[in-house]
Amino acid sequence: MFAPIKRRLGLSTPLTLGQREAVQGFIYISPWIIGFLVFTVGPMIASAYLSLTDYNIVTPPRFAGLNNYEYMFQDRLFWKSIENTLYYTVIFVPIAIAGSLALAMLLNQQIAGRVALRTLYFLPSITPVVAAAFLWLWIFQPQIGLMNAIISALGLGDGPLWLAHPGSSKPALIIISLWGALGGNTMLIFLAALQGIPKELYESADIDGAGGVGKFRYITVPSISPVILFNTVLGVIAALQMFTLAYVASSGRQQQFSPGGPLNSTLFYVLHLYNSAFDFWEIGYASALAWVFFIIVLAITGFQLWTSRLWVYYEGEE
Amino acid sequence: MLSEMLPAWRVKRIIRNLLLYAFAYGLTVIFALPFLWAVSSSLKPVNELFLWPPQLIPKTWRFENYIEIWHVAPLARFFVNTVFVTVFSVMGRILSAALVAYGFARFRFPFRNVLFLLLLSTLMLPYQVTIIPTFLLFKAFGWLDTYNPLIIPNWFGGGAFAIFLFRQFFLTIPKDLDEAAKIDGANTLWIFIRIILPLSKPVVITMIVIGFLESWNDFFGPLIYLNTPEKYTLSLGLANFQRVVSAGGQATEHLLMAASMVMTLPSVLVFILLQRYYIQGVVISSGSK
Repeated sequence: MFAPIKRRLGLSTPLTLGQREAVQGFIYISPWIIGFLVFTVGPMIASAYLSLTDYNIVTPPRFAGLNNYEYMFQDRLFWKSIENTLYYTVIFVPIAIAGSLALAMLLNQQIAGRVALRTLYFLPSITPVVAAAFLWLWIFQPQIGLMNAIISALGLGDGPLWLAHPGSSKPALIIISLWGALGGNTMLIFLAALQGIPKELYESADIDGAGGVGKFRYITVPSISPVILFNTVLGVIAALQMFTLAYVASSGRQQQFSPGGPLNSTLFYVLHLYNSAFDFWEIGYASALAWVFFIIVLAITGFQLWTSRLWVYYEGEE
Repeated sequence: MLSEMLPAWRVKRIIRNLLLYAFAYGLTVIFALPFLWAVSSSLKPVNELFLWPPQLIPKTWRFENYIEIWHVAPLARFFVNTVFVTVFSVMGRILSAALVAYGFARFRFPFRNVLFLLLLSTLMLPYQVTIIPTFLLFKAFGWLDTYNPLIIPNWFGGGAFAIFLFRQFFLTIPKDLDEAAKIDGANTLWIFIRIILPLSKPVVITMIVIGFLESWNDFFGPLIYLNTPEKYTLSLGLANFQRVVSAGGQATEHLLMAASMVMTLPSVLVFILLQRYYIQGVVISSGSK
């Protein structure tokens, strides 16, 4: 099979068994290697280069040094998008993690109809984001929406304008995201982890007279701490990448606002990047934004992994 | 009185269970209400949309809304487009991820562990870093406004997650089976097709569910690559639904809700039918089992 190749390479000795195995292995993984080079490594290098240029697609890229990075510091929208993204991440992720864990603990009890409950909790997370955005835009409709109807029925007066007002647009997006996240993958992963905790640990704690809080604090949390870390790291990465929901919720109404409104209150980092690249065709600047984003994500992830030594407990370690 | 009949610990347990059930089942209202409200709105005539206070049960049931949506927007077209993109994306992901995973699971070659780590590290790579040059690349290929950018990349490994999932599964298949076939003179591709793949049905189904949900729900890809409205997928078509429909300024929320439900239904069905496999995949990904 390899004879022609060998002849061309001038190999006189036949391949050993190990070499044959290696060649075959490389052949099998070659689709990924090609994909990795073409769709990951190449574009990363290209985007690093483009970030140093002035490029609007029509005329060829012009080298501009660090101009794009310097411009970022003066770009009001850049800082606004950082502020919005951090606001969203810092509020959404802790609630999502704690809420998913609480739901998982609930489903870990002996309840009749557990599977049906799990399915129901889960459905929002597989609802297409575009559909979810429209469902909630309708609920958050300020004058006749269901949410403000409930608020006024509870005697709390007129509800906020939700997505139509910069003061309430981010909380509204957080509520929608929580609806989609609480019963989703994060909860499934917590549930599996909870089911993996040996029952004997709780039994011996019962004998020692530990209460519910004590058991949660000293058995549950340490046992699943690697999973808490996993879910938090992935949750933060996903939250920083917030895009579709904000895009549809802010532009989907009558398409009269530019995505990120009102008053840029839902202009998240990736939305700003998208607008720069695919709306204003500032390819150079958008590439710089992409690299800064990459560095921010790496730094935040690295920080979480580094501090995790303080609270994550791995089995078989002291 | 209760406490006279029952010991205290039993009373405590009963109360605890009551609270547990009330909480667990009460929560379903929060999760289900947006769906119920959407379904209710989708069955109302226009004038009932604006009633105050809002009514959950329509006074007049207007099932025609679900027929009308197919006429006011090219929804059937969007549907077919989405099915096309989804089927070929999922196919590519599964075939190429399984092949690559087979390479990682069954062959020894230099740098294997380094390459696998590199593969896993791409899980953490935000797609935004590569999206602009990838877009320019596809533009150079003349692929803008075609489905190629949405489908073809899936045929090159299908993503780190899919490869990881397949590899973990292949590692659980006893190597004796391969060895026996090898002694009979089978080559490695034959072993992959006739032995490994047939044993991997569960993980293939897992990837069908996960791949389906990702492609079906994808918005960003269609948004940047597709321009012609006839080529839109459901997510993109739905996002532009109001622009397409609301001529004359009349409210279209009842139709929008109906279209949203139509788009959601396949995801819900696929999940409900195959959730066992989906959950397995998610749990394996976290390494907790």
